[in-house]
Amino acid sequence: MARPVHIGSAVRSSVPPTEGSASHDGRAIKAVRLRHPIRNIFAAIIVIFVAAFVYDAALRPAFNWPAVGKYIFDRRISEAAVNTLQLTVYSMVIAIVLGVVLAVMRLSPNPVFKSISWFYLWVFRGTPVYVQLTFWGLLSVIYPVINLGLPFLHPFITLPTGDALNVFQLAIIGLALNEAAYLAEIVRAGILSVDRGQEEASTALGMTWVQTMWRIIIPQSMRVIIPPIGNEVISMLKTTSLVTAVPYSFDLFTRSRDISAETFNTIPLFLVASLWYLAFTSILMVGQYFLEKRFARGVGAAPSEKRVTVATGLVPVVGSPVEDTETHPGDGRGGGTP
Amino acid sequence: MNDTLMVDADRVSKSFGSNQVLKSISLTVKRGEVMCLVGPSGSGKSTFLRCINHLETVDAGRLRVDGILVGYREKDQILHELKPREAALQRRDIGMVFQRFNLFPHMTALENVIEAPMRVKRVPKAMAVERARELLARVGLAEKADAYPAHLSGGQQQRVAIARALAMDPKLMLFDEPTSALDPELVGEVLDVMKKLAQEGMTMIVVTHEMGFAREVADSLVFMDGGVVVESGEPREVLTNPQHERTRSFLSKVL
Repeated sequence: MARPVHIGSAVRSSVPPTEGSASHDGRAIKAVRLRHPIRNIFAAIIVIFVAAFVYDAALRPAFNWPAVGKYIFDRRISEAAVNTLQLTVYSMVIAIVLGVVLAVMRLSPNPVFKSISWFYLWVFRGTPVYVQLTFWGLLSVIYPVINLGLPFLHPFITLPTGDALNVFQLAIIGLALNEAAYLAEIVRAGILSVDRGQEEASTALGMTWVQTMWRIIIPQSMRVIIPPIGNEVISMLKTTSLVTAVPYSFDLFTRSRDISAETFNTIPLFLVASLWYLAFTSILMVGQYFLEKRFARGVGAAPSEKRVTVATGLVPVVGSPVEDTETHPGDGRGGGTP
Repeated sequence: MNDTLMVDADRVSKSFGSNQVLKSISLTVKRGEVMCLVGPSGSGKSTFLRCINHLETVDAGRLRVDGILVGYREKDQILHELKPREAALQRRDIGMVFQRFNLFPHMTALENVIEAPMRVKRVPKAMAVERARELLARVGLAEKADAYPAHLSGGQQQRVAIARALAMDPKLMLFDEPTSALDPELVGEVLDVMKKLAQEGMTMIVVTHEMGFAREVADSLVFMDGGVVVESGEPREVLTNPQHERTRSFLSKVL
């Protein structure tokens, strides 16, 4: 890293006891700063490449930017964007609730709960989400009617599956059930990350299991859980493009593809979809930053760019100090000394 | 039933798997008494303490706190395990202080202290806060009410933990090596708080290695080893004139 190198060089320059060293009076060191010529050259080359690419992309006819501008706020597109957002939010909310239930079941001493949770994970993590969505689309073929009632008795209510659930709802169920399997593991890891003594202290104070979970364990596990859940939300936003398997066709990607199929301008419409996805992702990342800050209470500093995950790597621009990267461009994550 | 007894352990045993940690322990603690439990690690003293507020379940014998059986309900001479809610109700009146403080790190000192009264006893927030400030002042931390545990020293954290336990108005306080995780210069401040508490008449059971505290504050001293009570009695008596060889060899190492 750049900083320690500066300090090291400054210290080294003061080591030989020259005649000047006697008169430093303990004042702040003003050393000649270490230069990084090779690093700077590489940085310049990268900047040139990026600039050339941007310039070229702006003028390239295949991207057809005027068409992008025309369609970006097209009503069909913005409605599809809202649908995609709804798919993401609804399925994620269901998945989080189900994920917590599965995680708690997995940690339960009851072997039945444990193995059901394990089996669920095995099935839903072990098959592609596209295949699962296709199955949900075929639900009314596999189970034409839903009977509600007691075994061996005439059902109280009989619902034709096709009427009870539309493709939008099936898409949400499909996405949620798949995602819950992943979230269960994330939540479980979070719960396990909380010190056993916390549960003990809370129990000793006479708090019930639910109070202990809700007030003590879950809030502390949030710090561990939120970064990967942020990842999952962003990943879910993009997985919604697979709902065409159900088949639901009013999400952002499928809608863009359908429009482009009529108007033969595939590339600009995919650019339009990408820009919408990017916009949503950016908003989600900002939200995650504030959530992380909220749950970092009592744990020293707020999240810094050194600790957050890949998904949030860009977020600190929003509010946290980034002086290090400003003073030393090119000294990004994991950048070693030259 | 003797109603001057706060804790009455009658031939209590406890095993973890094949490892019997407590072997027929019989002990009594009177109301207002301060008892110190000493002994080498693994002697079962912490386990015994944890049995008293049912963090562990007793396998054999009977353990009563304030005349009430711990962990079980006796009906027609048959024992029934307590429902979690009933067990929680029993623990409300027993305060516990842990070796590693176990403060809730996501809450300020004040929030740590008001949490249980508000959630468990449904004390209105204003009242809980007022009482918490009183308790924090009592342990000498009035000005640290809004600090998070991470920003407090070990001694300060342990004093907050004591205030947190006192907020439930316990009739019995259990201390599980409260000063063992502290830097030597911080031990005194915690012991001072405990001493004050003892002088105010709190019934206390203290697992400790602080023989000075035992000598000065405790009414009785119990030496445990290998899951049995080896020796017990008046602290000065046991410390200066131990009857058993095991007590003698232990004390020669810690004194």
